Amino acid sequence: MAHGAGGKAMKDLIEEYLVGQFAGKFSAPLEDQARIDLSEILKHDNMQGGKLAFTTDSYVIFPLFFSGGDIGRLAVAGTVNDLSVGGAKPLYLSCSLIIEEGFALDDLRKIVASMYETAREAGVAIVTGDTKVVEKGAADKLFINTAGIGLIPFGVEISVGAAKVGDSIIINGTIGDHGASIVASRQDLALETSIQSDCRPLNHLIQSMLVASSEIHCLRDATRGGVATVLNEFAEASRVGIRLYENALPIKDETRGICEILGLDPLYLANEGKIVAVVAAQSAGVVLDAMKQQGFDQAAIIGEVIAAESPQVTMKTIFGGEKMIDLLTGDQLPRIC
Amino acid sequence: MCLGIPGQIVEIIDAEKKLGKADVSGVKRVINLACIVDEDNPIQSTIGQWVLIHVGFAMSKIDEQEASRTLQLLNELGEAQREILEMELKQQ
Amino acid sequence: MKYVDEFRQPEKAEALFKAIDNLAAPLSDKLARAVHIMEFCGGHTHAIFRFGLEQRLSKSVELIHGPGCPVCVLPMGRVDDCVALAERPEVIFTTFGDAMRVPGSQKSLLQAKADGADIRMVYSPLDALNLAKKNPDREVIFFALGFETTMPSTALTVLQAAEGNISNFSLFCNHITTVPILESLLDSPTFNIDGFVVPGHVSMVVGEKPFATIAERYKKPMVITGFEPLDILQSLHMLLVQLQSGKPCLENQYARVVQKAGNIPGLMAMQKVFELREKFDWRGLGEIDKSGVKITEEYAAFDAERKFAVPNLKVDDPHECQCGEVLKGEIKPWQCKVFGAPCTPQNPLGALMVSSEGACAAYYSFGNTKELLDKRQEARPSK
Repeated sequence: MAHGAGGKAMKDLIEEYLVGQFAGKFSAPLEDQARIDLSEILKHDNMQGGKLAFTTDSYVIFPLFFSGGDIGRLAVAGTVNDLSVGGAKPLYLSCSLIIEEGFALDDLRKIVASMYETAREAGVAIVTGDTKVVEKGAADKLFINTAGIGLIPFGVEISVGAAKVGDSIIINGTIGDHGASIVASRQDLALETSIQSDCRPLNHLIQSMLVASSEIHCLRDATRGGVATVLNEFAEASRVGIRLYENALPIKDETRGICEILGLDPLYLANEGKIVAVVAAQSAGVVLDAMKQQGFDQAAIIGEVIAAESPQVTMKTIFGGEKMIDLLTGDQLPRIC
Repeated sequence: MCLGIPGQIVEIIDAEKKLGKADVSGVKRVINLACIVDEDNPIQSTIGQWVLIHVGFAMSKIDEQEASRTLQLLNELGEAQREILEMELKQQ
Repeated sequence: MKYVDEFRQPEKAEALFKAIDNLAAPLSDKLARAVHIMEFCGGHTHAIFRFGLEQRLSKSVELIHGPGCPVCVLPMGRVDDCVALAERPEVIFTTFGDAMRVPGSQKSLLQAKADGADIRMVYSPLDALNLAKKNPDREVIFFALGFETTMPSTALTVLQAAEGNISNFSLFCNHITTVPILESLLDSPTFNIDGFVVPGHVSMVVGEKPFATIAERYKKPMVITGFEPLDILQSLHMLLVQLQSGKPCLENQYARVVQKAGNIPGLMAMQKVFELREKFDWRGLGEIDKSGVKITEEYAAFDAERKFAVPNLKVDDPHECQCGEVLKGEIKPWQCKVFGAPCTPQNPLGALMVSSEGACAAYYSFGNTKELLDKRQEARPSK
């Protein structure tokens, strides 16, 4: 395909960053693939009988820069978290950029730098990558795909289907911050707020939780569709009921403000730095302590797993009523007029 | 529908266009004040005022006294219920 | 949040639940059925479900969720008109988020957007006007929807457009009025509602008088009510006190926001820009005289219906839907023939399944009774 005037400059930039900064010792610049010594993998603890975890996700978001993050940070943290919630220690990432012709180079530079920073924060290496510049209109500014490889040590068995009656539901902090920040960043709504996305890699947190307790049954990051969606996935896969307590849900005042203005429900707002854990009740305390020690002061027990005839999620409201928390039909839309 | 939310006016943005800025739980937005200003209530007098906001318009000034009166009635009802309950307990 | 949290204190609700039960039980004995209270406004319906109030309420009180969600009662033909307008290449069609998913006979606005129409969600009609100013080569249409609450905002937006000579802005006016629909319900011979929770934000605009007149004419207790849980419970208590005393009238529970005369600047703007239509079609209820407004001759330049030809075809609701009966409280949502299968929030057939404020959708999504769970289970494809 024909590259526009920006094509060459972009290729140079990508080479400068992706090859120069990310690849490091893992790839010879002229090869088509990253090469990882198997001995690098086997030197990790408990790998005898352990598993390799492998995941991929594509990131498209509007706006590309939002308060508390950008698409680059999101693309690294998202894949790191997808590996981590399986109990894996994330090690290597790939990164593929699809760039619309004419995309501002400065912005690209910022995003690539942000990916690098986030990878360093998580302690993972971006070992291989690719870029395509497509004609104007063929993509919306920038799409990023990342894939990741991690290691699940022997004995770690976390699964959406493993929730048991009596387990506690724990979250690592305030819900809906990312979704609220994205909504507020949209210029057409003209909202001013200091709320920031919670976008961050959670692998260190999750590792410390796994060290604290061997009774973590389910883990998932509550991204698109929010906490409500993850809980429905747990309930469905584990064939149990889940009951939330409205008065236990940690929510920031500003998130509440945005939700009240636009008629949104924070339980369905996206998070990019929140995990929901299902933990045996007797371990809930130590897991909560481990989370708080990692700086997640607002971590809280928000519900419990209950027996139910059919899988369902309900919430005990502050007024003592009980309501269904169903899966959402499509994206949540503002309810205004 | 008919979603309305209390907010406090913190700034006048454009007196001629009757635009002000309101704060809802730390979230701010420019809103139109045309429905709450008139000759007797000039726009500058609305700063600090709590208003009911609907689709970007301040639709009504919130009456602090009426709000307390409503809460007072609720408290009285609570008291009355407590007394009834105590009486019932005594009878038992 | 000031003026919100005070009216959301669960501990204060306990006394109300008790007092409501004490009043309702003897009334219900006398009636030989539960006391029927209708909340007319979708905002109230939403709050009742959001806070799970119904389950905590005395069994002697039955809440009937009325036709007060403008999205739900929007006829399918009008949605088709929206889609037709939105699909014109020169048009930027702006709407509140609420209306995006309402099904037309062919597609919803959300589907039309996916098919390439330039449809944008806005928070305020003024945002739509600003879009028109920024895009002088495009035609910006705002989908004006809602009861009297929303009318001042759209009327003032039209007045601003006229003042600024913004010629590429227009309204597709679908505003509807509360009083005629309330009267038409009350005139129905099968209608047996004992009292009304009156929409607080509509009253904030129109004032007390229109509802006072109805309360007097039909001898029904009515209370203008705020939207927080304690507001609603207090209002139910006030209605029951009225029923007990046998002296129905209009009372204002929401005096912190609703003034007796309503909002004068808002009403003046409405009077300039809008006039009553002969009749307007309501989904699930049919045509009702003088129940909608259109744009006056003076502001015809801002009327999308005059500016662009809209198909304006009437599309009937599927005849198996029993929305009308649900709206009047004759049957409960789950007693409808199609509730849960095939009518679901994912695939709504009837008006009341359309928006989360519709009674059927609210029961389907939030309801937690055995009947509802069974219905949901049937409707869910087994995995």
